[in-house]
Amino acid sequence: MGESALLAELLVPFGYGYMLKAMWVSALVGGVCAFLSAYLMLKGWSLMGDALAHSIVPGVAAAYILGAPFAVGAFFAGLLAAAGMQFVKLKSRLREDAVIGLVFTTLFALGLLMASIWPTSVSIQTIVLGNILAISDEDVVQVAIISVVSLVVLAFLWKDLMVTFFDESHARSIGLNTRMLRIVFFTLLSACTVAALQTVGACLVIAMVVTPGATAYLLTDRFGRLVLISIALGAGTSLVGAYLSYFLDGATGGVIVVLQTLLFLAAFYFAPKHGVLAAHRRRLAIAKAAP
Amino acid sequence: MTAHPAVPGSVVPVATPGASISVRNLTVTYPNGFTAVRDASFELDPGTICALVGVNGSGKSTIFKAIMGFVRPSAGEVRLCGLPVEEAIRKNMVAYVPQSEDVDWNFPVLVETVVMMGRYGHMNFLRIPSRADRYKVDEALERVGMSAYRHRQIGELSGGQRKRVFLARSLAQEGRIILLDEPFTGVDVKTETSIIALLRELRASGHLMLVSTHNLGSVPEFCDRVVLINRTVLAAGPTAEVFTQRNLELAFGGVLRNFQLGGAALHEDQDARRLTVLTDDERPLVLYGDKHSHRQNKDE
Repeated sequence: MGESALLAELLVPFGYGYMLKAMWVSALVGGVCAFLSAYLMLKGWSLMGDALAHSIVPGVAAAYILGAPFAVGAFFAGLLAAAGMQFVKLKSRLREDAVIGLVFTTLFALGLLMASIWPTSVSIQTIVLGNILAISDEDVVQVAIISVVSLVVLAFLWKDLMVTFFDESHARSIGLNTRMLRIVFFTLLSACTVAALQTVGACLVIAMVVTPGATAYLLTDRFGRLVLISIALGAGTSLVGAYLSYFLDGATGGVIVVLQTLLFLAAFYFAPKHGVLAAHRRRLAIAKAAP
Repeated sequence: MTAHPAVPGSVVPVATPGASISVRNLTVTYPNGFTAVRDASFELDPGTICALVGVNGSGKSTIFKAIMGFVRPSAGEVRLCGLPVEEAIRKNMVAYVPQSEDVDWNFPVLVETVVMMGRYGHMNFLRIPSRADRYKVDEALERVGMSAYRHRQIGELSGGQRKRVFLARSLAQEGRIILLDEPFTGVDVKTETSIIALLRELRASGHLMLVSTHNLGSVPEFCDRVVLINRTVLAAGPTAEVFTQRNLELAFGGVLRNFQLGGAALHEDQDARRLTVLTDDERPLVLYGDKHSHRQNKDE
């Protein structure tokens, strides 16, 4: 009796429509963000994802206040952020990191202020922490469209993006339009950041676009495999995280990111070639070989 | 070129027009108003190894960028094999071997993947390699002696091996014009010798190589022609005519170290020539009298 009761208990989340929805939407978004993370961390642009996620908060807040699709609001806030950063950079002698820090915190604060002055159906907490369990059907449609389109584009362009990020001069010498590829990449990144806002919230988006790629980087030296491992990690942890959050009664975003971090730590220590233990073994072997 | 066995689907090299570079009255002004190169002109023919020599900031990289179409000339024009730059690039005529400092050696790619990148321009938009592409990669790796290292991550290689991987990529790309950016920095003498041997082979098969370098000592050894620049072309032509002490002093100003050892003080015979050593701290150029020392050796 005990075993079957446990099994029944474990299957409970699958009986709820909102749980199923949360799981597949999270997995989809987690997978696309992980695809992007493979590129982002290689170029040292990881924190750009964070800045983007925070900057679009006022746009999302405004969209909910006005009853417009959140993706539209996020798009305009993203433009505003980019223009703001460019303006401050041109008109001052501040370094880039300071400019990014200034602009994104300003916009984030503005978003919080707007959401608290004009309360809507969506609370500040939802925007900052995400609430995939209560996502509306219209939002699911937006997230699904963004994710599927991004996945298709990436599936076609992943090698071109790899060459562009590895060696831009060569990319151009084989006739690639590298400027266009960069624009495509950042457009996808912005769009997926908006989608991830729904699942894990503005504060944790950064983990979705960094951790899976960083973990995969420790496990392989082949970019193609890195992408596959990264997607598997991102989608898998998001799905399992959404599932577990039913039992833990905790914020889905928190569970997903903790899972991702646990896997990262495992890779960090146990990765066959680039792990801490492997490096230790190599050092020992060298020490033993030397008389 | 070496004959290779027929491979199903292999692309037989089409008779390409001889590789040539023609730079006419080239002026490049950047958007911030800085004119990096003014009114530069030179012509290069197939089967040439040409050195592009000048101090840092003299416009070497701007000229490379103009040849690869990264910057638009504000005036004048560049033509490659008689074609406008964009068209030549589209036909995969130009290969570029980057400076070692410009490469991210921690990037998760294997040696064979880097070389395969040379083939991307020949593939359809999904970049799925055909058997012919794989064959070209094998051949290129073989030619630079890196077949044994094909499954290594690029960061695990020595300086010379890294250079050879990128040379293999330019071979796989089958560009008739190869631009090499400082190919000898951080490379041991043995690798330098093997790179030079490979460049000579390519010259024999009609390739045109433009080598940006400040390794003055090896220029007379393997370059047929020299283009000396400092924000414009100071001199261009056969090495023996252009690569003289006077021109180099013009190009480098006071930047070069210049040692002169007096003829009579050096030895006791009647030879009155002076020994001059010109160096910017890489391999020095040694002039005995007015001739290049190594040429002197070859003549004797």
